[in-house]
Amino acid sequence: MWKRDESVKPTSQPASPAAPVTPTPQASAPVAQPETRRMDRDMVHIGKSVIIKGELAGSEDLTIEGHVEGKIELKDHVLTIGPNGRIKAQVFAKAVIVLGEVNGNVSATEKVDIRDGGSVDGDIISPRVAIAEGAHFRGSVDMQRKAAAQSQPQKAQAAPAPADKAQPQPQPAAR
Amino acid sequence: MALSDLFRRKKDDADPDAGAQPGVPALPTKALGRLLATLASREQPILIDLGPVVGSNVNFFGEQLGCKIFVEDVTKDIDRHVKEGKIDDLPAFFAQRFPQADNSVDGILCWDVFDFLDKKSAPSLAKQLTRILRPEGAMLAFFNASEPVAGAKPTYTRHIVVDRQNLQHRQYPAARGKQRPWLNRDIQRMFEPLRIAEQFLLKTNMREVLFRK
Repeated sequence: MWKRDESVKPTSQPASPAAPVTPTPQASAPVAQPETRRMDRDMVHIGKSVIIKGELAGSEDLTIEGHVEGKIELKDHVLTIGPNGRIKAQVFAKAVIVLGEVNGNVSATEKVDIRDGGSVDGDIISPRVAIAEGAHFRGSVDMQRKAAAQSQPQKAQAAPAPADKAQPQPQPAAR
Repeated sequence: MALSDLFRRKKDDADPDAGAQPGVPALPTKALGRLLATLASREQPILIDLGPVVGSNVNFFGEQLGCKIFVEDVTKDIDRHVKEGKIDDLPAFFAQRFPQADNSVDGILCWDVFDFLDKKSAPSLAKQLTRILRPEGAMLAFFNASEPVAGAKPTYTRHIVVDRQNLQHRQYPAARGKQRPWLNRDIQRMFEPLRIAEQFLLKTNMREVLFRK
């Protein structure tokens, strides 16, 4: 019942040298000594004293409390911008949770969640968007639902389903 | 863990979209449904919301219309100008405010923004909105029909969409109160060449107007 909040408590595991969050070598100075820590098996934390300029890509969930300028790409994972996080970058992730500040376009394949106190100045592309009442947002939101819904039947027409899986098509209701 | 933590967590778990709340009365709207019907036939329409950002509204319009929504919170602009003592600069500010190209927007949600504008700044904003609205595009605006209550604390209204026929109104502090109500004649002139396609006077003394270009 009394579950420990593991998201803020580091595990006893040491930081893995093979952490996939990799600031690119061409990242321009000043790049502070990365204070990345493995919070648990699948989560990396970038502390608030860290400044990264360049591209940040990875294959595990990431929490940023520091400053990042450039591009962040976590295609199949969750990116959390903590309350101290300051991002000036294009962001691509499965899901993005914003409690800090983001200046740049945000693209998520699942959800963008701007929490109370979070701020986004930029355009959002995501099928699901949540914006809390105390959040700041300026930009556009493109949920692309119709496009996705329309593209699916077209695909189905282009590649007909096998006969054993074919379903009867619903007829339009008579008026 | 203290008992208070439990309650804090419970509060944090509340709907982060701050959408329609149970128990809060829903007020009817007629023009919203007409706006949605007008835009429904368009593929990925572009919508501009001039009110404060409301997460549940973004989801609602995204689901109903599959649209791209631009949030351009004009109330923040009004507040900033009032606090900086630059309210006279508002007309010039509005003239440069919208980067959208001419005839590029399918729908505009004005809500009651024009109630907070005076006779100098309102035409400037109206001119920009008529410029960016696409032919056959639609604009929804609310205009108060009664005089503002003297001495009342100035508030803006968040219009939370419950469904196509109902809105919830949620007040929040404003730097400037509502101005004198607009006459129908002034509204018509201010938004020319838009035409008033539908107009409803609600029991709340609110005029809902749906403009078409």
